[in-house]
Amino acid sequence: MEQLSKILYENILTILIFIPIIFSLPLLFLKKQSEKFIKIYSLLLSLIVFIFSLFLFLKFNPDVEGYQFIVKYKWISFLNADYHIGIDGISLLLIMLTTFTIPLSILISWQSVNKRIKLYYFMILILEGSLIGVFSSLDLLLFYVFWEFILIPMYFMIGIWGSEERVYAAVKFFLYTMIGSVLLIIGVIWLVYSCMEKDMFLNAENALRKFTLDITQLDKISPFLQPQRQILLFLLFTIGFLIKIPLFPFHTWLPDAHVQAPTAGSVILAALLLKMGTYGLLRFSVPLFPVAFLTLTPYLAVLAVVGIIYGALVSIVQKDMKKLVAFSSVSHMGFIVLGITALTQEAVQGSVIQMVNHGLSTGALFMLVGMLYERRHTKEIAQFGGIAKVMPVYAGIFLVVSLSSIGLPGLNGFIGEFLILLGAFGSQNLKSIYYSVFSATGVILSAVYLLWMYQRVFTGPVDKDENKNLKDIGKIELACLIPVLIFIVWIGVRPNTFLHKSEKSVNKIILQFKNAEIINKTRNTIDINNSVFREEK
Amino acid sequence: MDKFFIFVLIFPLLGFIINLLFGKRIKSEKFIGIFSSAVVLIPFLIAVYFLIYLFSLEPQSRFITLNLLSWIAAGFFNIQFSFLIDPLSLCMVLVVTGVGFLIHWYSIGYMHNDSMFSRFFAYMNLFILSMLILVLADNFLLLFLGWEGVGLCSYLLIGFWYEKKFTGDAAKKAFIVNRIGDFGFMIAMFLIFLNFGTLNISQFLAAIPVSFEFNSGLLVAVSLLLFLGATGKSAQIPLFVWLPDAMAGPTPVSALIHAATMVTAGVYLIARCSLLYVYSPITTNIVLIIGIFTALIAAVIAAKQNDIKKILAYSTISQLGFMFVALGTFTYWLAIFHLITHAFFKALLFLGSGSVIHAMSDEQDIRNMGALKDKMKITYYTFLIGALAISGIPPLAGFWSKDEILFKTFLNSGLIFYIVLLGIAFLTAFYMFRLVTLTFYGEPRYAANIHPHESPKSMTIPLLILCGLSVIGGFIGLPHITHLPNFLERFLSVVFDKTETALMMYSQVNKPEVSLEIILLILSVVVALISITYSYKKFSAVKKFKASRGFAKIVENKFYVDEIYDRIIVNPLYFISDKLLWKIFDIKIIDGFINGLADFIKKSGEDWRRIQSGIVQDYALITVSGIIIIIIYLIFF
Repeated sequence: MEQLSKILYENILTILIFIPIIFSLPLLFLKKQSEKFIKIYSLLLSLIVFIFSLFLFLKFNPDVEGYQFIVKYKWISFLNADYHIGIDGISLLLIMLTTFTIPLSILISWQSVNKRIKLYYFMILILEGSLIGVFSSLDLLLFYVFWEFILIPMYFMIGIWGSEERVYAAVKFFLYTMIGSVLLIIGVIWLVYSCMEKDMFLNAENALRKFTLDITQLDKISPFLQPQRQILLFLLFTIGFLIKIPLFPFHTWLPDAHVQAPTAGSVILAALLLKMGTYGLLRFSVPLFPVAFLTLTPYLAVLAVVGIIYGALVSIVQKDMKKLVAFSSVSHMGFIVLGITALTQEAVQGSVIQMVNHGLSTGALFMLVGMLYERRHTKEIAQFGGIAKVMPVYAGIFLVVSLSSIGLPGLNGFIGEFLILLGAFGSQNLKSIYYSVFSATGVILSAVYLLWMYQRVFTGPVDKDENKNLKDIGKIELACLIPVLIFIVWIGVRPNTFLHKSEKSVNKIILQFKNAEIINKTRNTIDINNSVFREEK
Repeated sequence: MDKFFIFVLIFPLLGFIINLLFGKRIKSEKFIGIFSSAVVLIPFLIAVYFLIYLFSLEPQSRFITLNLLSWIAAGFFNIQFSFLIDPLSLCMVLVVTGVGFLIHWYSIGYMHNDSMFSRFFAYMNLFILSMLILVLADNFLLLFLGWEGVGLCSYLLIGFWYEKKFTGDAAKKAFIVNRIGDFGFMIAMFLIFLNFGTLNISQFLAAIPVSFEFNSGLLVAVSLLLFLGATGKSAQIPLFVWLPDAMAGPTPVSALIHAATMVTAGVYLIARCSLLYVYSPITTNIVLIIGIFTALIAAVIAAKQNDIKKILAYSTISQLGFMFVALGTFTYWLAIFHLITHAFFKALLFLGSGSVIHAMSDEQDIRNMGALKDKMKITYYTFLIGALAISGIPPLAGFWSKDEILFKTFLNSGLIFYIVLLGIAFLTAFYMFRLVTLTFYGEPRYAANIHPHESPKSMTIPLLILCGLSVIGGFIGLPHITHLPNFLERFLSVVFDKTETALMMYSQVNKPEVSLEIILLILSVVVALISITYSYKKFSAVKKFKASRGFAKIVENKFYVDEIYDRIIVNPLYFISDKLLWKIFDIKIIDGFINGLADFIKKSGEDWRRIQSGIVQDYALITVSGIIIIIIYLIFF
């Protein structure tokens, strides 16, 4: 028994990644008629994963610096690629968000998805496994494989189960993300070679003399790379991330994808897939290319601030509820990027918690809009009015989630936004308070678009006959939303439960960055050597 | 023992949760009403107990800090759930829970048979909780939690009858306008944290005299930003536009939130940070000017309104202006004094108007009232006392506080300001008695099918108690010439003693002359009496109402402030977002580029396909040219 729990403990991450992937395979061989079984089976499977992840959450030691639950096996030996996984506090929170969101996405689809359901739940489950893989890979190739793999189920989710213009949206999503992926793989290859060169040069005799894909090794070497090279590599890595986030002006795939995707697709997209971008920024772009990051900070921060305001302004004028929420995502994700560019403890921790918050509140908003869509088959705001009268409980929950998204103190959204703005205000990396000041106007604008939508949909007289007999929220729907509501309040009142987990990990990233800054200042000598090295070549 | 105070917060919280979750299932209105009122009454009693307890302590040690647990901790940023009980916050707690309790009690009758009875009390309890957090908070962020909490309750309660079209607009407007103020508040917090390393209010204030000069740039910026927050919550120029619309909510809400308590949060905030404002006299002057302008404009508008609640709303804005004038003349205790007396008489007036509206079957236009004096005696007499109190007739509550403000303004800011204030006092008495006369005197002008009647006891008893408070409330702050003790000033002096010291360093405080004070006192009473008489004469005989023209029409339309804001801010913003950003930039430019790119790739793919011709010579040519290009690259780059 002890043996078993030890094995379990050491391989918990592997279990989390592969349970959903392996155990979803039998779904494909089931008979079509066993609908109910398919639904219950996938839900139970995702719940088991969630329970395992709770174990991960409890066993995670927030006082340890660096990665935990590390597992490393040889994978592809001629590439030196390993099956190398491990998590820090940032990954932990995102994995928790994943295992929390997936059961809800499955449950929310029970009634709404009737087409090819075997394939549907199979897609969701392999998505879950690959997402956990993305958030725990410590090997670049492994990361890339998971990263790419996620594209496929998401593409099909939009393309098969989406609404009328699903094919256009799916292709747009696919192409946008593909561009990022191609750049990313070029970046990975080039980085690995550059680091091998640099390593031989720096450590002469002791050099590894072979390339490595291990990011815990790479981040010791790559900060020494030449600034120009770093900037190019940074761009190759980061453009893919920025598209995924999506940061203004790479965002135009998002509204289309959201509007066309089925409810669960939107929830997973907003809550989890977008986080891959900000996670990549924090895990790769910052530690691997600190000099480039330092140089490009102003550009990124400006894009983030413009995104915050632009996304909010465009949200105001949307006539489709899903589009409105999609554009609000652009605005909220801008906050997360701003926090990362600020690179202060407060701001980055704010960004990490904001990733979770955005997942919860935007995910819940998409679920809510989806519920209304199932009843009325429209998401157009003008089709509603006075819904609070016929669906009082639904209206109440909608309001709480909106307020969370608006950033009302006492609910979760405020914690992240406030920490980000506070950290960005005094950030030495940003060097100006105005990024934070301009972003803070997003706080006013988010109240404008969400409360205005709330007013138009829920208040006033019920003037459309179709709306007079809408059913209030059902039991299954309630079961999807109550867990989210609990965390919305929990994070708002006791955020330390979660902030504490990411403290050391964020601190490490910032320290790495500070060290790299020092290296950069003493770069002159290295540069001279570097030119010698070049001539030899 | 001190920890025991936390029940002040726990009871309203309990009330909120139980009403929200189980209210629908509890069928008995009586139970909900009594329960919800009790969770406000108990904190009041605890506060009274602590008042006695504070008196038993040495004045210097009347500060009790309650540190509960950490709220947000990240990096150097660590915010506690910590509360400060001192004379100032305790005064506020007493007002909030005391007046709050009476208004809860009144609401039992007023909200009778409303389909969302329990929901109403849930929001009211939540409001009390948030307001208590606001006044008790020991750090700015916790204060902000309460600040936003009361804003939320205000939003929920303004929009309480959500099926009406205009309530939604009014609620949204209140929230958004307040958010503009909150933006200032947030930036102020960032500045404070960046420069002081803390958001704790006492530590922040203690650090000011150590390291800053008067009018130092940072202090002026912080104080102005906090003041921006205050103008939002306390409905001052330029953010006052939400308050008149907020009258769309049930009348007890207008009494509690939009007259007696929440709207005074801005006044409280500045009084709490008084040392900061003494150190930035520039801001204090701005506070004075904004206060006086707001008081004037609101009083002018009030004189031409016909909706009974709108008149009272503009009157509230005007009276809040008086409080800001007190803050602008560095007399902080006086602002709190006027805040307290105003809470009494304005709550009384609003509840009275609620009683009238109740009796008139939801009619709010005073042109359609008249001669209600005999139909509802208690409401009439209590309303009359309230009107006399706000007009400044001795010895009622409003007289003492308002007169002291006039006097202090004369001493500290000069004759011109005094004359303006005196003019406003004249206008106040004028519009109040226009309201009283048109409502209670003259001929009945309402439809024959309306049968006015006195309200039930649960409504009239709170009226009587508030009436009593409006009569005697002023005696806690008697002026020096009476040679009687000024309880309030003495009680609050511990809170403001550092402020006083700093003030003496900055400027000479003028010593009041006794004879002068008596003359000014008599003058303001005379002005009020003339105004009342004039107003009564003018309106008691009115039978028909003419449409107003010229300037009067502009006033009646509230100087078109809403329309101007719409024209210069709201509409352009919408236009830019819709046409420029969304339809042109997003769809045409970015998406146009992306789709164009996709088309281009598709097209060029078709073109390049021709290269794949199958002719060996072509391939050789391409290979050779490729090699040449590579060689050129290697040589030259």
